[in-house]
Amino acid sequence: MKRSNRWMWLGLVPFLAMVLLFQLIPVVSMVAGSLKPATGSGISFGFYARILQSAYYMQAIKNSLLISAASSAIGIVVGLACAYAITRFPARTRDRLLMLSNMTSNFQGVPLAFAYIVLLGSNGVFTLLFKQWGWSVFADFDLYSWSGLVLVYVYFQVPLALLLLYPSFYGIRDQWREAASMLGASRWQFWTSVGLPVLSPAVFGTLGILFANAMGAYATAYALVGGNYNLLAVRIGSLVAGDVVNQPQLGNALAVILALTTLLAVFLNHKMTQRTRKLDAVLGAGQHAAPKRRRQLRSWTPAAPAAAKEEL
Amino acid sequence: MDASTKRAGPAHRSLMLLLMVYLMLPLLATCIYAFAKEWQTTVLPARWTLEWFSGMFRDLRFLESLWTSLYLCLLGVAISLLVMLPAVFVITIYMPRLESLMKGIVVLPYAVPGVVAAVGLIRAYSSGPLNISGTAYILLGAYFVVVLPYMYQGIRNSLLTVSAGPLLSAAELLGASRMRALATVILPNIWPGVLVSALLSFSVLFGEFVLTNMLVGGRIQTIQVYLYQRMGESGHMASAIAITYFVFILILSALLMKLGQKVNGGMKG
Repeated sequence: MKRSNRWMWLGLVPFLAMVLLFQLIPVVSMVAGSLKPATGSGISFGFYARILQSAYYMQAIKNSLLISAASSAIGIVVGLACAYAITRFPARTRDRLLMLSNMTSNFQGVPLAFAYIVLLGSNGVFTLLFKQWGWSVFADFDLYSWSGLVLVYVYFQVPLALLLLYPSFYGIRDQWREAASMLGASRWQFWTSVGLPVLSPAVFGTLGILFANAMGAYATAYALVGGNYNLLAVRIGSLVAGDVVNQPQLGNALAVILALTTLLAVFLNHKMTQRTRKLDAVLGAGQHAAPKRRRQLRSWTPAAPAAAKEEL
Repeated sequence: MDASTKRAGPAHRSLMLLLMVYLMLPLLATCIYAFAKEWQTTVLPARWTLEWFSGMFRDLRFLESLWTSLYLCLLGVAISLLVMLPAVFVITIYMPRLESLMKGIVVLPYAVPGVVAAVGLIRAYSSGPLNISGTAYILLGAYFVVVLPYMYQGIRNSLLTVSAGPLLSAAELLGASRMRALATVILPNIWPGVLVSALLSFSVLFGEFVLTNMLVGGRIQTIQVYLYQRMGESGHMASAIAITYFVFILILSALLMKLGQKVNGGMKG
């Protein structure tokens, strides 16, 4: 075996070449581009300074952060409630429901934005209906504004949150509930002092994924508002590949800022996953078979990463 | 959780119902819109028609973009398979110590949004020795990075579930050369799992818009780019395209699930 092992390196060569060419070099090039002064050579933080001083770009960053935070917060709350509800159904129904939400998570990006335009756009079906019925509540709803974007973002955040969260509910044992109720705790007390603390790493981890997902969302926002709403991802797109304004270096700096926020969010998820594992190891002495099988199945359920992917 | 405690109360039921309605509503609306002749002021369209669908299939640009998408995605998956199969094999079987490094590389695309990846690619390849900006090459390279996590996970899982290492040693002990053992023992065994990840990667690439639009937008039209362009023109036609696209993805995921179940069944057996 040993003798011929040195040739095995050859199998890695194409992989390393591809990763180098299309993953590492672009990232290095982007960072280098953001640090290059407009004229001359050396390192300069000029572009970052310009971004910090520009009300326009700061607004884009602020809008992106706010929309991501709002849509992740709504997504996590709805996702938690739905994830709990879904664990209360018999296995067959649960799998059907998961499949349905999984299926709809394929409906994102351009088609999703389009569907919302059909529904709630300025000539959307509901918009016209409500106008005819005289429902003034919706009169000042604008799909192409902040609230509209949050609404559409929530659509792809909820199934993702649901798929990422529901397995962790299986980590809460019935024995704990029985023990708590025997000791006189109410349902509410059980959830606030036992249930939610046990779930919290999963919740914060998922929150990180949702946040990164929303920060990087480009297709949906671009298809929905084009350049009309000031968002970081859209701004980067128009700076780098746009037809009118073309300032690639500024785009590089903005892209580095965006990458830093998503990396931070994914790092949070990583830390939280580690914590969950530790928790599992402590509590895992009497694991029964069911949650284990779940986990195994999950690795084959492509839904969560697939949904996360498109927008990332 | 045993069966007796598993009872969804009315609150849970209505919550789930609400969720499903919420998730299905945009889909349903697009679907109805695609079949509607006039749909202005009534809850359901006044008249139905198939003309948007027939118009779509008569549109050469639609067929062309569909073909471009299929072609590019298949090529992307093929490249990824060719590169990833040997790499994951070597790492998993012979160099398990490098696995954590590989995982780090492979997970990175999750954390880097498509916009950011596109910015880097454009800067790196719009000048210099490798001027491939705006061509299919740069797109295929980007596609490779996009499907990296799925491919790695799928191939690695398959190798581990069939215990490729011991299998290989056994075959070699029985006198097969390594290449022969690979071709006749390992590959057929991991094939179903690899097929699942290939299909998954394909469906991810098929829905890809960000990279395509930013890297080769205008020059190469995939189905997503085409859909985006038609959105502004005819709403009904765009709905028909969106629904066709969605049905296609649905068939693909159904196939994926069937295959996945088979692979899982094999794992248990």
